[in-house]
Amino acid sequence: MGLNRGAEGSVIDTFRLTAEEAAGLLERGEVTATELHRAYLDAAAARNDELNAYLCTVEDGAAGASGLPIAFKDVVSTKGVETTAGSKILAGYRPVFDATVAARCKDAGLSLLGKTNMDEFAMGSSTENSAYGPTHNPWDPTRVPGGSSGGSTAAVAAGLAPWALGSDTGGSIKQPAALCGVVGLRPTYGTVSRYGIVAFASSLDQIGPVTKTVRDCARLYEIIAGRDPCDTTTVELPEPVAVPEAEDLKGVRIGVPKELNEAEGIEPGVSEQVERALETARALGAEIGECRLPRSVEYGLPCYYLIAPSEASSNLARYDGVRYGLRSTPNGDVRAMYDRTRHDGFGDEPKRRIMLGTYALSAGYYEAFYGQAQRVRTMIRDEHAAAFEQFDLLVSPTSPTVAFELGARTANPLAMYAADLLTIPSNLAGLPGLSIPCGLSEGLPVGLQLIGRQFSENLLFRAGHALERALDFDYVPERYR
Amino acid sequence: MSAWEPVIGLEIHVHLKTRTKMFCRCPIAYFEPPNTQTCPVCLAMPGSLPVPNRKAVEWTILLGLALGCEIAPRAIFHRKNYFYPDNPKGYQISQYDEPLCVDGRVVVPGSDGDSEVGIVRAHLEEDAAKTVHVGGAEGRIHGSESSLVDFNRAGTPLVEIVTAPDIRSAEQAKRFLQVLRQMVVELDISDAEMEKGSMRFDVNVSVREAGESDFRTRTELKNMNSFNFAAKGIEREIRRQVELYESGGTVVQETLHFDPGNESAPPLRSKEEAQDYRYFPEPDLVPLEPDRELVERLRGGLPELPWARIRRLEAEIGFTLAEGLVTSGRDELYSRVPGEREAVANVVMNELAATGVEPADVNAEELGKVIAARADIPRAAFAEALAASGDEGFSAERYLAESAIADVSELDPVIDRILGQNQQQVEAYRGGKEGLLGFFVGQVMKETGGKANPKVVNERVREKLKA
Amino acid sequence: MAISRDEVLHVARLARLELAEGELDRFAEQLSAILEAVGKVGELDLEGVEPTAHPLDLVNVWAEDEPRPCLSADEALANAPDREGGSFRVPAA
Repeated sequence: MGLNRGAEGSVIDTFRLTAEEAAGLLERGEVTATELHRAYLDAAAARNDELNAYLCTVEDGAAGASGLPIAFKDVVSTKGVETTAGSKILAGYRPVFDATVAARCKDAGLSLLGKTNMDEFAMGSSTENSAYGPTHNPWDPTRVPGGSSGGSTAAVAAGLAPWALGSDTGGSIKQPAALCGVVGLRPTYGTVSRYGIVAFASSLDQIGPVTKTVRDCARLYEIIAGRDPCDTTTVELPEPVAVPEAEDLKGVRIGVPKELNEAEGIEPGVSEQVERALETARALGAEIGECRLPRSVEYGLPCYYLIAPSEASSNLARYDGVRYGLRSTPNGDVRAMYDRTRHDGFGDEPKRRIMLGTYALSAGYYEAFYGQAQRVRTMIRDEHAAAFEQFDLLVSPTSPTVAFELGARTANPLAMYAADLLTIPSNLAGLPGLSIPCGLSEGLPVGLQLIGRQFSENLLFRAGHALERALDFDYVPERYR
Repeated sequence: MSAWEPVIGLEIHVHLKTRTKMFCRCPIAYFEPPNTQTCPVCLAMPGSLPVPNRKAVEWTILLGLALGCEIAPRAIFHRKNYFYPDNPKGYQISQYDEPLCVDGRVVVPGSDGDSEVGIVRAHLEEDAAKTVHVGGAEGRIHGSESSLVDFNRAGTPLVEIVTAPDIRSAEQAKRFLQVLRQMVVELDISDAEMEKGSMRFDVNVSVREAGESDFRTRTELKNMNSFNFAAKGIEREIRRQVELYESGGTVVQETLHFDPGNESAPPLRSKEEAQDYRYFPEPDLVPLEPDRELVERLRGGLPELPWARIRRLEAEIGFTLAEGLVTSGRDELYSRVPGEREAVANVVMNELAATGVEPADVNAEELGKVIAARADIPRAAFAEALAASGDEGFSAERYLAESAIADVSELDPVIDRILGQNQQQVEAYRGGKEGLLGFFVGQVMKETGGKANPKVVNERVREKLKA
Repeated sequence: MAISRDEVLHVARLARLELAEGELDRFAEQLSAILEAVGKVGELDLEGVEPTAHPLDLVNVWAEDEPRPCLSADEALANAPDREGGSFRVPAA
């Protein structure tokens, strides 16, 4: 089912092939870039109807490309290729420019397979908030893939792309990577350009890789990271990206924050797999100890749900029907046009967050809400900094639960928000986080979250790689094997 | 009836003449076809991000220093959120409670002494796009009213200067604005051309009874773009408010749009519907922390400012001429031209200005000679000299030489010939028609190509007719 | 309820969002629940704590005043819902 015969008679197993292996096939001349591209498009043709991972695919994406194909979450502006951010308000919008990450991928010879589904404007944790229908989890299509980058993680898990880009604001790469059994990196804030990324919350948004292996993750991060003169919040990496080789964890001090590992709502099956991973880490030579993030978890979620909606309420003001995207035209003046366009174009979740953010920023409420949330953010940064005085990495489950059923949380926004409980605190602190699959619970993948200091991606890759080897998780969903 | 004291504050917007916009590198161009000076950033396409213009930041600091402001050690850009078609992002990037320049003051010289105007702040922001209203007259569906939006101007760097309510008359407001305009032009950071919209201002006006210490409700006159309109508008608004109070009414806080052709200023919007702009720190930008060394370097490089120059020149030539020379940018030439100060000032300010000659091109030494000889050379020669004073190689000699035609030995033969040819008129003159003197003088002037000294010709003709 | 119908209407007006009658009640209820949850930040006494606007402590990032190529008017207007000549057209402002 996953086997696609290339034109030269080579076999491209899109389920299993890592990006690194695919690159090897290319280098050795066993396949061409066009054949590889074709193989993944064929896989998409076979399985996308069921999964709805892609919003669109690019038939001639390999033209002129010499490297691997890649899928982009639909927040990445792609010149001439429709970019909707999962929203009806951007239906038909074809950017006239490439996002910096898209340009970097192009420069690295990568070909665009297509744009992946997502929660509208990256607001959500299940990809059910897409205006174009939900994405289904390749491990169990009755369940969600997580979100908001659920299209990218489902595409990689189901062999519809060797790797992909996602975006992460409160956990939108890490959490769906966990639920789909793939690797996802939320990089240190400021290491990957946001230029051309449809904005959700500017002080939190980061683009990152979704891959099958940690080594692939490091390779993709190397392509996209670094200062961009078009994004003043970016910096040069302090050290070059190191693709991990070592398979031990000698000398690595791993902290287990009590509050992140004992939070209410963590499923026992999830805790079990995380504990098993910690045992493995110990066996690989890591020093493991408990630590505290006293208030970061309890106050992280409320803090996030003030900061992110506030910024979003402003970032989404540009969707006004004037220059691009949907326009509804009731009788009346331009205000009537705005009101109706935004009513028709936004789904419920963006509307809730726009209103919440508008409220939090409005006269009389600013200090109590937005101002206070920014101070809570300082507190959360300080707590993480304190934990990193004793430890090199912090570890927890990525998601409290495995993939939940489609529709289970759509009626209750707060229940949906809780899916990011464990990923939000370190995001607020601007720290990098890697999610790797560490086992199954009830037949569904469990993700392990590794959090590092700012700019410590290389250590995350090293630890992630060593654990990945030792845990030997099979990333091909059981139903496809 | 009590005496009323006007209380006036100004908000001035000045376009900086950087080559590129504030947050993107589109060129600034005023007269290009619509939407040809745009990019993803100034069109607010999804995902685009602002990158500040370093020069605009430096120039704002320079302007702040010239206004006697403190330069903040840390300044922040904020988002000002509101919807309008000329505001593509749905927010304007501006500065709010942490602007670049604060707490300045300038001393404005006046005919009746100096007055001080406090500068509350000067901050950097981006200009909006241009909207033009069209249609509506014909047809109900296809010709329905609409607006056209051109984003070429969107994102032009704009400095907003806010004064304290320290100004007490329309005249003083006008003078402040004129001198301020001259200052930004001399700092070479803006062309401040009001017809082009590169300088605009809003005026806040209230009145109170003499001796009152609190301020009363003020109204705002929006988007003035001429000093005279501003003065007129302020005077009219003062009158309106005084009349309102004296007839037992009250002033409502509102924004008025001043139409110079119309006696009334219709309200734009009252403050009850005032926007809640939801300012918050722009998360796409990082703070500005002006380097102290840079600030001191800019301070050290400040030229003598117009306010100071007016005061310096006032002693020589009086306030009116001093102000006129400085605010028209002609005082530098005045200072270069040798000679009797008031005569030089008058010529530079009036006759020379009328010729359109660029002050900077003028050879001041030579012009000085012409002015000194002004009484002795023909008017035509004087006018010619002024018109030529900016030409390369301009020399006074040629024009001064023309005073030689005042020489009697040269004029007499001409006069004799004219009298000989007009015997009839000579008879009439001698018969009492003395008004014919002008006729003879005119003939002589014509004969000499306008180069004779009229005073001398007059005297000689009169003498010869007596004989 | 933490937020009244009127407040929701006010906020929707500021955000230029039309709300249908049924939506108003639903959003008022949901926003109330969310506001109650996020109001938790008010429990903390953080006086004297500096706010964090950004996770990185960068300052003075800018570009030199050198022009770069613009879009053509056709590119600028490529996605416009309505245009007239080289301008974007909108209902009367």
